[in-house]
Amino acid sequence: MTPPQRSHVHQLESESIFVMREVAAQFERPVLLFSGGKDSILMVHLARKAFSPARIPFTLVHIDTGHNFPETLEFRDRLVDEVDASLHVGSVQASLDAGRVKEEDGPNPSRNGLQTVTLLDTLEELKADVALGGGRRDEEKARAKERFFSHRDRFGQWDPKNQRPELWNLFNGRRNPGEHFRAFPLSNWTEMDVWQYIADEDIPMPSLYFAHERSVVERDGVLLAESEHNTLLPGEAYEKRTIRFRTIGDATCTGAVESDAATLEDIIAEVAAARQTERGGRSDDKRSEAAMEDRKRQGYF
Amino acid sequence: MGPSTARPMDLLRFSTAGSVDDGKSTLIGRLLYDTKSIFEDQLEAVEEASNRRGEGYVNLALLTDGLRAEREQNITIDVAYRYFATPRRKFIIADTPGHIQYTRNMVTGASTAELAIILIDARNGVLTQSKRHGFISALLGIPHVLVAVNKMDLVDWSKEVYESIESEYSEFADKLGVNDLSFIPISALLGDNVVDPSENMPWYRGSTLLHHLEHVNAGAHRNLVDFRFPVQYVIRPDQDYRGYAGRVASGSIRPGEEILVLPSRKTTKVASVDTFEGAVGEAAAGDSVAITTTDELDISRGDMIVRPLNLPDASSEIDANICWTAEEPMRPGTQYWLRQTTREVKAFVNRVVYRIDVDTLHRDEAETFGLNDIGRVHLTTSLPVFFDRYDLNRETGSFILVDPHTNATVAAGMIRGAVQSVDDLPAEEHEAEELRPVSPGVVWESWNIELAERERRSGHKAGVVWFTGLSGSGKSSIARRLEHRLFEEGMQTMLLDGDQVRHGLNGDLGFTPEDRTENIRRIGQLASLFFRQGSLVLCTFVSPFREDRERARGLVPEGRFVEVFVDTPLEECERRDPKGLYAKARKGEIAHMTGISSPYEAPEDPEIRLETVDRDPDDLVAELMVRLRDLGMVK
Repeated sequence: MTPPQRSHVHQLESESIFVMREVAAQFERPVLLFSGGKDSILMVHLARKAFSPARIPFTLVHIDTGHNFPETLEFRDRLVDEVDASLHVGSVQASLDAGRVKEEDGPNPSRNGLQTVTLLDTLEELKADVALGGGRRDEEKARAKERFFSHRDRFGQWDPKNQRPELWNLFNGRRNPGEHFRAFPLSNWTEMDVWQYIADEDIPMPSLYFAHERSVVERDGVLLAESEHNTLLPGEAYEKRTIRFRTIGDATCTGAVESDAATLEDIIAEVAAARQTERGGRSDDKRSEAAMEDRKRQGYF
Repeated sequence: MGPSTARPMDLLRFSTAGSVDDGKSTLIGRLLYDTKSIFEDQLEAVEEASNRRGEGYVNLALLTDGLRAEREQNITIDVAYRYFATPRRKFIIADTPGHIQYTRNMVTGASTAELAIILIDARNGVLTQSKRHGFISALLGIPHVLVAVNKMDLVDWSKEVYESIESEYSEFADKLGVNDLSFIPISALLGDNVVDPSENMPWYRGSTLLHHLEHVNAGAHRNLVDFRFPVQYVIRPDQDYRGYAGRVASGSIRPGEEILVLPSRKTTKVASVDTFEGAVGEAAAGDSVAITTTDELDISRGDMIVRPLNLPDASSEIDANICWTAEEPMRPGTQYWLRQTTREVKAFVNRVVYRIDVDTLHRDEAETFGLNDIGRVHLTTSLPVFFDRYDLNRETGSFILVDPHTNATVAAGMIRGAVQSVDDLPAEEHEAEELRPVSPGVVWESWNIELAERERRSGHKAGVVWFTGLSGSGKSSIARRLEHRLFEEGMQTMLLDGDQVRHGLNGDLGFTPEDRTENIRRIGQLASLFFRQGSLVLCTFVSPFREDRERARGLVPEGRFVEVFVDTPLEECERRDPKGLYAKARKGEIAHMTGISSPYEAPEDPEIRLETVDRDPDDLVAELMVRLRDLGMVK
């Protein structure tokens, strides 16, 4: 007997929906971390599918570094309206003002590391017992060992050496009071899968992902966009280039790539031919070979 | 990463087990590298790290050993998942460590795999570790096992070394009941037979490792027959809608079909099968959907929706194989949570039947299990569990145990069945006696819908294509490819092969000449039923006796029976020996082996004769397509 033919993206979609429904069933107060990037937009799209015709049973949480591209916020607000979701914004600026964290020094002070404190504070404020994230195992070495249901201790920390084994499709979300989970329904997707699916499903994406002209400065091989949060170093100058972003994060550390890819098809062709990982443009990962693992242990996304 | 293509890619999940010494990480690095799935910046990082460590070559293993402790200690501790794709398929690798102290990680990786790659270092031959990996693969029900005999460059590409490993491991794997076992000689370091065929081993004419991965039958682990739908979540936006959300564990369902809900055993009908895009006509194994019912029943998470005439087993006394995954040993008599499908019940271990020494496969007496122990136990649950045997259905036959105090996942379980008490035994014997005898000469009513009507709808003629030939001649692999091709081109088709029929319909038959005749008689009847239903039926059976084949021919109208003689010489079949049967027959372990101890009567005048030696299977399929098109059986 021949099994029904299902394409790989259909199978991935089905798996992600399964994981989201497990989250909704096993937890009391789930939230969905929304960064404004393509992976979190995809998460919202899949969550809609998983619970249709009902509303998404997750509060969207945006950890706002204050260093956003304006396009990101506009897009976020439109999407939240369209799917009739509830949104909660956790502000890094508020954590700074409250003295919970201290701003980095330097020409492009990243607030990436500071997000962790704001994130954990926000989860506590909402009494969230699980936060859904759009992390994928193909993004980075440390993420290859992440579970679908990732257990965090009382301090929000991840212990990679002592993870619960995850067998078949049996997800164990049992927890003690004060502990919480991260859940990653997109674990098995690759960047290519994401773009193919976005094209297949015709999911609207922020304009930042498509080629446009922008004023940028090249620093350590990374193209940084002109913004009030970046300071030029001596000898540097902004110049106009045709670029696009492969990931959307904090405006101070998310690098652009030179690209003419103006449509989804162009992007797929570009991804297929790409010789750099998508995180290759992120200066925060370049800090050490194990940079990601260190941040994850502390409770990063 | 493969480019976007018109043909949809499918998905294959496979596991690898082994240590750095076997070259496992190098093999994975090689697959990622040769399929262009790693990037310049990743490669630069690895080159830098290799230089820093003073290694004289680019250590591809560094690509995969993700956690810092692993890089420092040069070991793979946890299961890591890797991804790559070719234009044909996306692959998910569950990369697991091979040492005995990581048995639980191997079990975890194997639980979702459809294929296992077992690495053997050609210099060392078959070690305890290689056997352990085979045992775990078989225990977890992985349908395909591929043995990669690695480091062939270090044994001078020796055919003899390869063949001795092949024969030793085949013999071992036979005892485990591995369904589909293949061997490939490779050098992961140099790339021989990984993606490109080796120039150093001209004596090896099989496929490369990647080619094998791309063409192996994906989805073989799925049970497509028994409909099981564990309810995950109830979607209820308002009073008017109540959808039971879940993923079809096995089988398929359509609107209008009768269903039964467990445990209440209430019946109703499927009103609709819903997705975000709207109602669909069918949901099959693996699909996430929501089911609505015609009657309002009280259905909640943990219930299972099935068909009234195809029920799973129900019992609160479970006989299971388990692997203990926690540091803290099992406490027999203590309560655990047992999670199976979406259902959770309390359970305790009431008997440890035995522990298996995974290295010797001896069954040892034991009172408890510690970390990584594997063995058989009896469990008692607070409420009945609805299950199928794990070897029949991975989705409904698997469970985990969770410690109620630490919340840790302490065991992985595979259900063997309900615990049999003495009272159950006579009932079983009774059933066996009632097996209905064969009744010859039934006169049929005329068919309700004429064949011509069915053919008008399908657009092609029905037919029976009968592949005959020695075991190992290539019947099945050619027919399987042919069927995929036919199916893709829109033909209504059905493939019947030996193993499948022998497990069910002909499960009571052996291999004596009488039984072989009866076997072929039943298959002929079965094929003629599919034929009447309008299908192009592909049958692949050794079918050694001319008279039996002629009888099958007589069941369909003239011109509709196509006998394909897969003409492969005995010595070639014996060289291939995909199931290790010839080796066994030569040792006298199997009686009635066609070609060795039982005759094969070759067809005198077959419609088609295929010689397979030195032929590309795709060419053979193309040849068959042309002939079938001439006969009107292909659109």
